[in-house]
Amino acid sequence: MAFNGHQREDDNSIDEDETPSKQLRSNNETPPGHFRNEPNNEAAAPAGRATSDRRTSNSTTRHRHDSMKKTRPPFPWFGMDIGGTLVKLVYFEPKDITAEEEQEEVENLKSIRRYLTSNTAYGKTGIRDVHLELQDLTLCGRTGNLHFIRFPTHDLPAFLQMGRNKHFSSLHTTLCATGGGAYKFESDFRTMADLQLHKLDELDCLIRGVLYIDSVVSSGLSECYYFENPTDPDRCIQKPYTLENPYPLLLVNIGSGVSILAVYSKNNYKRVTGTSLGGGTFLGLCCLLTGCSTFEEALEMASQGESTRVDKLVRDIYGGDYERFGLPGWAVASSFGNMMSKEKRESVSKEDLARATLVTITNNIGSITRMCALNENIERVVFVGNFLRVNTLSMKLLAYAMEYWSKGQLKALFLRHEGYFGAVGALLELLHPS
Amino acid sequence: MAECGRVDSHTSGHTMDKSITLPPDEIFRNLENAKRFAIDIGGSLTKLAYYSTVQHKVAKVRSFDHTTKEAASDKLYEISVQEEVTARLHFIKFENAYIETCLDFIKDHLVNTDTKVIKATGGGAHKFKELIERKLGLKVDKEDEMTCLIKGCNFVLKNIPHEAFVYAKHADSEFRFQTANPDIFPYLLVNIGSGVSIVKVESEDKFERIGGSSIGGGTFWGLGALLTKTKRFDELLQLASKGQHTSVDMLVKDIYGGSYAYLGLTGDLIASSFGKSATADKEFSKEDMAKSLLHMISNDIGQLACLYAKLHNLSRVYFGGFFIRGHPVTMHTITYSINFFTKGEVQALFLRHEGYLGAIGAFLKGAEEDNPNQYSWGENYAGSSGLMSVSPDMNPMQRARSGTFPFDMLEMDRLERQLVNLPLLQDPSSYIPDTVDLTEDALAREYWLYCFEEALDGVVKRAIASQPEMPEAAARAEKFRQKYRHKLQTLRQQPFAYGSLTVRSLLDTREHCLNEFNFPDPYSKIKQRENDVALRYYQKAVRSLEELSWEERQFALVRGVLAGNVFDWGAKAVSDVLESDPEFGFEEAKRQLEVRPWLVDSYDQWLERQKGPPHKCALFFVDNSGVDIILGVMPFVRELLSRGTEVVLASNSGPALNDVTNSELQILTERIAAMDPVIQAGLREDRLTLVQSGSSSPCLDLSRLDKVLAMVVRERQTDLVIIEGMGRAIHTNYYAMLSCESLKMAVIKNSWLADRLGGKLFSVVFKYEVPPDKQPSPDCAALTP
Repeated sequence: MAFNGHQREDDNSIDEDETPSKQLRSNNETPPGHFRNEPNNEAAAPAGRATSDRRTSNSTTRHRHDSMKKTRPPFPWFGMDIGGTLVKLVYFEPKDITAEEEQEEVENLKSIRRYLTSNTAYGKTGIRDVHLELQDLTLCGRTGNLHFIRFPTHDLPAFLQMGRNKHFSSLHTTLCATGGGAYKFESDFRTMADLQLHKLDELDCLIRGVLYIDSVVSSGLSECYYFENPTDPDRCIQKPYTLENPYPLLLVNIGSGVSILAVYSKNNYKRVTGTSLGGGTFLGLCCLLTGCSTFEEALEMASQGESTRVDKLVRDIYGGDYERFGLPGWAVASSFGNMMSKEKRESVSKEDLARATLVTITNNIGSITRMCALNENIERVVFVGNFLRVNTLSMKLLAYAMEYWSKGQLKALFLRHEGYFGAVGALLELLHPS
Repeated sequence: MAECGRVDSHTSGHTMDKSITLPPDEIFRNLENAKRFAIDIGGSLTKLAYYSTVQHKVAKVRSFDHTTKEAASDKLYEISVQEEVTARLHFIKFENAYIETCLDFIKDHLVNTDTKVIKATGGGAHKFKELIERKLGLKVDKEDEMTCLIKGCNFVLKNIPHEAFVYAKHADSEFRFQTANPDIFPYLLVNIGSGVSIVKVESEDKFERIGGSSIGGGTFWGLGALLTKTKRFDELLQLASKGQHTSVDMLVKDIYGGSYAYLGLTGDLIASSFGKSATADKEFSKEDMAKSLLHMISNDIGQLACLYAKLHNLSRVYFGGFFIRGHPVTMHTITYSINFFTKGEVQALFLRHEGYLGAIGAFLKGAEEDNPNQYSWGENYAGSSGLMSVSPDMNPMQRARSGTFPFDMLEMDRLERQLVNLPLLQDPSSYIPDTVDLTEDALAREYWLYCFEEALDGVVKRAIASQPEMPEAAARAEKFRQKYRHKLQTLRQQPFAYGSLTVRSLLDTREHCLNEFNFPDPYSKIKQRENDVALRYYQKAVRSLEELSWEERQFALVRGVLAGNVFDWGAKAVSDVLESDPEFGFEEAKRQLEVRPWLVDSYDQWLERQKGPPHKCALFFVDNSGVDIILGVMPFVRELLSRGTEVVLASNSGPALNDVTNSELQILTERIAAMDPVIQAGLREDRLTLVQSGSSSPCLDLSRLDKVLAMVVRERQTDLVIIEGMGRAIHTNYYAMLSCESLKMAVIKNSWLADRLGGKLFSVVFKYEVPPDKQPSPDCAALTP
C-alpha cells in the first residue's frame, strides 16, 4: 500500500503507484538529530476546528506544560507495531496547536498530519479504524486525538517509500517500533527512509498499552467488555466490564500466532506459553481450503458455514453424550474428522470449511488458555489481538468455552482496541521512556 | 477423544480378499485349545486376543531310590521327558481387509472350546458385530474402549520389560528402552486417535479422562486429505516426511528477521502455522503442506499434554493411538514438541505393543475370573513379531502382491512363578540388568550376532543328539535353526525389535525357540554325566582343601569356584575344548586361570572381610552343572556354613544350557549331604536352603525373581550376594548396585569380550563390593590396606 490519500474507506481498487509526491528527498545532508534541540519544531499549522476551543484550557495549565515541554519529544508522535501479518500504527494528532506553533510547524509535518487525519484509507490496504479513535486525549500535556491505522506487513516497503517521499526523516529521526518487524526491517527503515528505529519488546509494549488504554477510556464506550450468558445464544449479550483491579490476569494476544502472558502487576509479567495456531493459521488454512484471500472474506464465509458437517462430534461417534467421561454429544471429538471420508469431503461447502477452521483454531486457543489459567491459578482472561477484529463469532466461542469448560470459574474479557496495544505501548515509550 | 481411530470403512476399505490361505503353523497358533476371545477393531487394523494352553515337553529329573537295587545304576538320577501344559496369551494383528478370512479360519480350527462370548472393543466393533456373531457363533460383548486401553497399558507396563521407549531420531539407536519400573503409577496416557484423550492413571482400577483435544489424528487425516487430495493416512505421513514446512509456516525469523532473543525464541520456531499460505496467489506443494500440518498437530498435542502433565504433576507420559502407532515420523514430532515445551523435563514415552492395548484390555476384562493379573507373564520371543515387523509404509495391496502376510503377533507365556524385585537392589528403578546395550553399541552387536549365528550349528547338533530316540528330531531341529536364524536376521536389521538387544535377550530368544520346537533341555544328559563324574571327586576335593591353612584355603576355594566356572558349554571357546578334549580336567582348568593380579581383583579386600565376623546369610546365584557346582561352589558353600553363615542357593527354575536347575540341584545336594556332614547339618538345621530363581535364562535379571526367593532373602536378613559366571556376573549385573555386600566371580571365556574388558581369554573377574553405607568404620578400615 501507499499512503496516497484515498478517502473512501472501501477503496482498494486504485493502483498504489499514485503516491502524490514523487520528489526526491532534498535534505539528505541534514545530520541525524538535527531538530532535536529545537523544542518548537512542532511548528504552528492551520489547526482543526476544535483547536481554538482548547487553547483557552491550555493556558490554564501553561506552567505545567512548560516543564513538560522540556522532556516532551518533538511531533509527530507515532507508535508502531510491526507484526507478522499487520503493521499497527497509532498516531497522536495534537488539537491544541497554538498559532505560534502553527507558524513554526514545518510543511512536512503539516502534510503528514493532514494526510493521516483527512483520510480513512490509505492506498489499497491501509485502513484507519475511525471507530476506535480516542478524542480529547491528554498525552504529555498535549491534547489531541489518537488515531489507529493498520496495513499489511507485506506493504511495508510502500509505507517506507511514502515516508521517504514525505521526508519523514527530516522531522525527527527516532521512531518507536515494536513487534518482530522492528527487528526484521530495521535496516530497511534506515536505508529506505533514513529512519532510525527505537526497537521495543512487543510484550512490554502490549502490557503497557493495555493498561494505558483501559485507564484513559473511562467514559463513553467501555474499553473492556464481556459476554453475559455466553452459554445461551439467545440471551448472550455484550456487557461493559470495569477492569479496576486487573491483577492477576492472563493476557492472550492472538495475532498471526498466539502469546499467553500472566500479568501480576504493571511491571511484573511472564510469557507463559504461546501457540503457532493463531490468526495466521486461520487465514492461511482458509486461503488454501477456500481460495479466499482476505481475513474479511474468510470471516464472511465462516459466518455462513456449518462446522458440524466438517467436524466429527461426540454424538457422531457415541450417538449422544459420552457419559463415562462427561462429554456432551455436541462437543467436537475430531476437528475435520468427517473429512477422512471421501463422500463427506465432496459434500461440504467452502463456507463450512471456513467455519470449521475458525472453530478449530478458536477452540484450541480456548483450551490452551484454560490450561494456562489453571496452571497459573488465574481466573480472569483478557483476549486481545487482531484475530478478534470484527470476529464476534470467535469472541462468543471463547466466552462460551471459558465459561463452560471451567464450570463458570473463568471469565473471558475483551478489549475494543484489540490489536493496537503494542503500538500504543510503543508510543508511550516515546513519551515516557521507561 | 476416547475413540481410537475409528474411520468410516470407505476411507480405509480394501476389498476383503477371501482367496488368501493362511499359514496355520505361523498364525492363530494353538487355536485347538483356545478360549476367551477378545477383539479390538480399529479404523484399519483388527487385533484379536485369545487364551490358550500349550503342551510342552519338559525334562524332569528324579532321584533314584538308592536304598533299592537300582542303586547299582551308574546314573545319578533319572531324566524323563514329560508333557506339561502351560498357559499362553496370543495376540494377533491384521488389516481389517482380512477379517472375514481370519474369522473363517478361526471357525475351522476352533475345536475344543466352550466359549460363548467374544469381548469386543474399538470403533469398528459395532460394524463387524453381525459378521463376527454369524461366523463364529459367539455373542459379541462390547467393552468400553478407554477402560480396555488402560487395562492393556497397565498389563504391558507390568509384564514386559523394555515395553516403553523414548524415541530419538538422530541418536545411534532410535529407540531407547526404559527399564521396567516396578511402580508404574501414576502416569498420563495420551491417546491420539481421530481426536485426543488425555487420561490420568493412578492405579489398576482408578483412572480419569482429565482432558483432550479435538485436534488429533482425524484432523491430520481430514485436513490433510482436503489440502493434498491424498486419501490414505500413511501416504499423508509419507508426504509429510518429504516436505519442508518452512515454506508454509511463518517462522519467528520471518517476523523478526532472526531470533526473538528477549524471550529466547529461536528464529526457526514456528510463529504461525500456515502463516505463509495466507495468500491467494501462491501454490504450495502437497509435501510442504502435509509437513506443516503434521508439525501443527504434533506441537499442539505435545503442548496440551505438557500442560496437563504439569497441572497434575506427572512426569511419565505415554503416547498411543493410530496417529502414533509405529510411525517414526509422528513419534519424532511428538518427542520434539514435548522436549520443547517441557525443556526436557518430561520425556515422551511410547510403547512397543501400543497397538495391542485395547485387545489386551478387552481380553483381561473377559478373563477376570482367571485372575490373569495374579500371575507374571513373559513375552515369548519365539512367537512374537518384533517392533516394526510390519512396515507401516507398505500398504495392504502392495503386501498382497508381494505375497507377504502383514500379520503381527505377540505371545505371552504365563510364568509358573510370580516375579518380583530382589529386595537387595540399591535402586530398583534405575537397575539395568544388562551390561552392554547392543542396540546402541554397533560393534558389540555385530560381534554377538555373528557369534550366535556361528554357534547355531553346534546348538542344532546338540539338540538332535539330546533326543536320540526320536527320529523326527532332526527335522524339528532344522525348524529351530530356521526360526532362530530368522530372528537373528531380523535383529540385524531391527536391533530394537524386542526392546534393547542384549546378550541376554539373544540367549533367551534361543531358549524360547528351542522350547518352541520341543527341545526343552538339550543338555540334560550332558549335565547328568558331568554331575555324576564331578560327584565322585567331591570328597577328595574337600579333603585336600581341609589340609590347607586357613588363608591358603580361602584362596583355593575362590580358585576352585573360578576353575569350576571354566566348565561351561555356553561359551564357545570352552565348548570347543570340551568337545574336542573330554579329559580337560579341573586341575587343567586351574592352570588355565589367570594368575593374580586378576583383571578385576578385590581378593585382598574379600580375604580381609573373611577375617572379620561371619555374614548372617549369603545368597548364591549358581551357574553350571558338574564341576562348577559340585567341586567349585559346594566347597565354598561348605566354608560359609562352617563360618556360621546361612546359605541360600538360587538356581534356575527351568533349563538353560548346562546351567544347573533347581530340581537337579535338589538331588545333587542330597547326594553331597550323604557324604558331607557339614552340608548335611546345614540342610537339617535349615541353614542351607535351595530356592529357585524363577528364571530359565543363562543370564540373570534381578528385577524379575521368584517371589519365594525374595521372601527368603528378606526373612534371613541376607547380607551377602554372590553371583557366579559370565552370564550372570558379566553379561548381566556387572554394574548392578546392591544394598549389601556383593561378590561377583567369573572367568571370561570369550576372547572378544576379554579384549573389550582389557583382558585376555580366561581372565578373572573377582569383584567384591561393599555399599558406601556399609563400609567398615574408619578405625576398622585402617586395618585393611
